Amino acid sequence: MTTPVLFDIPGPRARARIRIGTGIGILLILGILAVVLVRLAGNGQLEAQRWAVLFDARTGVPQTLGRALVNTLQVAAVGMVVATLLGLLLAVGRLSDHRPVRWLVGTYIEFFRAIPLLVVIFALYFVLPKYDIELSAFQALAGGLILYNSAVLAEIFRAGILSIDKGQREAAFGIGMRKYQVMSLVLLPQATRRMLPVLIAQLVVLLKDSSLGFIIGYFELLRGARSLVEFFSLSFGNQYTFQLYVAAGLIYIVINVLLSQLANLVERRTRRRPTTAGTQAMELPADVQMGQGGGAAASPR
Amino acid sequence: MQFLADNFDLLWDAFLTTLSLSLLAGLLALVLGTLLAAARVSPIPPLRGLASFYVETFRNTPLTVVFFFLIFGLPQIDFILGFYTGAVLSLGLYTAAFVCEAVRSGINSVSTGQAEASRAIGLTFGQSLREVVLPQAFRTVVPPLGNVFIAMVKNSSIAAGFATSELSSLLPRLVNADAGQLTAVLLGVVIAYMIITLPLAFGVHRLERRVAILR
Repeated sequence: MTTPVLFDIPGPRARARIRIGTGIGILLILGILAVVLVRLAGNGQLEAQRWAVLFDARTGVPQTLGRALVNTLQVAAVGMVVATLLGLLLAVGRLSDHRPVRWLVGTYIEFFRAIPLLVVIFALYFVLPKYDIELSAFQALAGGLILYNSAVLAEIFRAGILSIDKGQREAAFGIGMRKYQVMSLVLLPQATRRMLPVLIAQLVVLLKDSSLGFIIGYFELLRGARSLVEFFSLSFGNQYTFQLYVAAGLIYIVINVLLSQLANLVERRTRRRPTTAGTQAMELPADVQMGQGGGAAASPR
Repeated sequence: MQFLADNFDLLWDAFLTTLSLSLLAGLLALVLGTLLAAARVSPIPPLRGLASFYVETFRNTPLTVVFFFLIFGLPQIDFILGFYTGAVLSLGLYTAAFVCEAVRSGINSVSTGQAEASRAIGLTFGQSLREVVLPQAFRTVVPPLGNVFIAMVKNSSIAAGFATSELSSLLPRLVNADAGQLTAVLLGVVIAYMIITLPLAFGVHRLERRVAILR
């Protein structure tokens, strides 16, 4: 919104009121912050040595958190690459000319969007071993992420493919291309270029979802922090608990904010580039951004 | 199936927990999200900044981390929530950010003439938002908002990791059952989620058709 349409530009009196209100608001927030800090200090959480442990290589904390971070990125990377490829295939399948293929792929997509990702992961981790298929926590987590995200990405890719001007397709058929050539040489390259910002945004969602590994005991950031807490509590009690949790949470947030910024940057570039300019900006729907439950169950279309 | 019938009480309790968790968190998310959306379009710059800070933070934080902070972090400032309350708050606060985004896109889709006309007849910002813009905005965002709530129901499964015995938590809890029994539980859980989400999706669809504005 460049020029506000919902309100008039505030005049001098309104501006004065806003200034006073802002002052009160700032005081209120500072007050809350002060209460938080005083209580933290009262519990001894702000002592420098408690925070120093995060950066002290002798305690093994930075190494452990580093390893946990690598594990987080690893499962997210594997999940993203495989889910993207599978999602592309599924999108093409959903647009297939053959009804059985369409139906099969449609069922797959609707099924995995209809149930929570955590239930898929639990099914892989707890139910499959009963049938003698043992999966490690990494495999169960990556598997769940792939199954769920490929279904969500397939719908996004399908929207991308359908958004390409139908003249492109007709022209490609017109010069005698075959079906797979039209898809792989004409439609998909344009669609993926258009989808790039959305793909990066989906990576943020996937990275967020990798924190579900905590629940099944995959050694990602939160589980890493938790195991450190358990280790330290043997000799120091709960001394470092708060610091470790804050560190793990902050690492997640910082990485995701950076990735979101990257997505924004790529989106702006995409809109400037002559080959993709003028196309409608694609955005991840709000519910998909929510992660593990997003992507809408069986949306009636 | 016999196993499922024997453990029906367990499944029923879990189902009710998921349902009540979703209802309470949904209410919180709807109210807070709408307020945030109003703040994001308000004439007061600090309010706008605060609301977008809230949305950006929660959008980039895994829901698991939100649970973590509320359930393990808050006690550090002498603020102890039960597991259930913590779950409701985490889910509600997290979802509010996405409700805000959905409602805001609805506000942006209301044609500018409406807002200009309401200003022209002398309505204040609050009045024009309440009486003119939001009622129209909500009508256009019924489908995305519905999807956000469906996603929230499924997101409530994360509470399983934090000692709330809702639907998903049945799987790790009954893990010692044999293969057929555990598969039956899995099936029961999946169906129970669909009992919530499918009518919700259907209701959203009906509501959308009833309130849609033809432009």
